[in-house]
Amino acid sequence: MTDLTLTVNGKRVTRDVPGETLLSELLRETLRLTGTHVGCDTSQCGACAVHMDGKVVKACTMLAHQAAGTEITTIEGLANGELHPMQKAFNDNHGLQCGFCTPGMIMAGVDMVQRYKAEGKTLDEAAIRHELEGNLCRCTGYHNIVKSIQQAATEM
Amino acid sequence: MYPVKYHRATSVDEAKAAFTSASEARFLAGGQTLLPTMKQHLAAPSDLIDLRGIPDLAGISADGDGVRVGAMTTHAEVAQSAEVKEAIPVLAHMASTIGDSAVRHLGTMGGSLANNDVAADYPAAVLGLNATVVTDRREIAAEDYFQGLFATALEEGEMIVAVRYPRPERAGYAKQTNPASRYPMVGVLVAKTGGGVRVAVTGTGQDGVFRHQGLEQALSSDWSQGAVDGVEIGEEGLMNDIHASADYRAHLIRVMAKRAVAAS
Ligand SMILES: Cc1cc2nc3c(=O)[nH]c(=O)nc-3n(C[C@H](O)[C@H](O)[C@H](O)COP(=O)(O)OP(=O)(O)OC[C@H]3O[C@@H](n4cnc5c(N)ncnc54)[C@H](O)[C@@H]3O)c2cc1C
Ligand code: FES
Ligand code: FES
Repeated sequence: MTDLTLTVNGKRVTRDVPGETLLSELLRETLRLTGTHVGCDTSQCGACAVHMDGKVVKACTMLAHQAAGTEITTIEGLANGELHPMQKAFNDNHGLQCGFCTPGMIMAGVDMVQRYKAEGKTLDEAAIRHELEGNLCRCTGYHNIVKSIQQAATEM
Repeated sequence: MYPVKYHRATSVDEAKAAFTSASEARFLAGGQTLLPTMKQHLAAPSDLIDLRGIPDLAGISADGDGVRVGAMTTHAEVAQSAEVKEAIPVLAHMASTIGDSAVRHLGTMGGSLANNDVAADYPAAVLGLNATVVTDRREIAAEDYFQGLFATALEEGEMIVAVRYPRPERAGYAKQTNPASRYPMVGVLVAKTGGGVRVAVTGTGQDGVFRHQGLEQALSSDWSQGAVDGVEIGEEGLMNDIHASADYRAHLIRVMAKRAVAAS
């Protein structure tokens, strides 16, 4: 066991966790932040997507200790009093059905909007579809997910 | 995953010392290959030595000769680097197509090359652009580095520090990806370099990445898509599996070579 300190959703946390602990396990089992879902556990589906220092990563394919000293944001940390524009857009556009993939879709969506903004590129429909290559949804057929991200991109 | 001891090194020397004192150590870069392998119990190191905090392995620098990419540079950093885009645009483009955005935020050039997956992209850049792999103990020419499936010239405990890419006169890369894994099934990099035309093919050789002499000869005399048509591309040495037959792969090499020339 080794001490690990990181910031999760703005709060500094220190925990004693074994080396093999995945970031997804730290979030869900130790910190009880179960909004980060584990779908495949093989780095394919993106349900576990969170932000590390503002960049999307798959929490099932990272050791908790790799996140030492970083700022992690999970789906629980997005809303700030009111829903984040990306969350609201998924609500407005019926961007989910069962909701299992949704936390990962939203975290990936926020990342792509921020990345395109920073690089001065336009995030059109084709770009959104391409950018979603690491996130799988078994329900919606993606159409309303794409619409949701398109709406949020204009509001963020 | 089996229990493992995690270390974070802050210098190359510290990482090497931690490696030698452990019973079965592995370096940890982005973890995008190593962690899935450990979850499947295909690897069970006693100790992981995280290289992310080592300043000597980070960063990209360019000069008139080319670009030096630190081993821990992520695919996303290579894709966005102004230096790489200016000097070797094909490398930035290639990096932008590896995996997905989450993988690109963690996966590194050193990790990809140390792993030498037959379906990885970067081996085509290293061999096709005639790059040099710089390690903690020597410099390894591209020609000597790749030694078959998941096999490289790296010795036990040898660490990739950086990769030096000479500036090509022009170069292009095109790939057909496997629709499920999104790894290249056939990737072809074509380059006009100071040392002549080089064509590297990844994703499809039974022994990993290879140079294609026929395509190199044809493109040396005529750098055009048409020149690719006249080249004989055999099935010998190509993989033949559930993803693609050898003759389909041979066909894809031709198509990707043409697209790579068009993109150059
Ligand atoms: C969903 C998904 C899709 C992907 N798609 C692609 C793709 O399309 N194309 C592609 O090329 N790759 C793809 N990858 C692989 C990805 O590029 C990996 O990041 C890469 O292969 C390994 O890099 P890493 O930094 O994660 O290394 P790690 O997984 O940390 O390490 C890999 C191996 O290299 C060793 N190692 C790491 N760094 C060093 C070093 N500096 N010196 C010596 N040894 C070292 C480690 O000990 C380990 O054995 C994909 C991965 C995933 C999860
Ligand atoms: S649970 Fe992490 S990618 Fe599927
Ligand atoms: S809404 Fe069910 S998996 Fe996407």
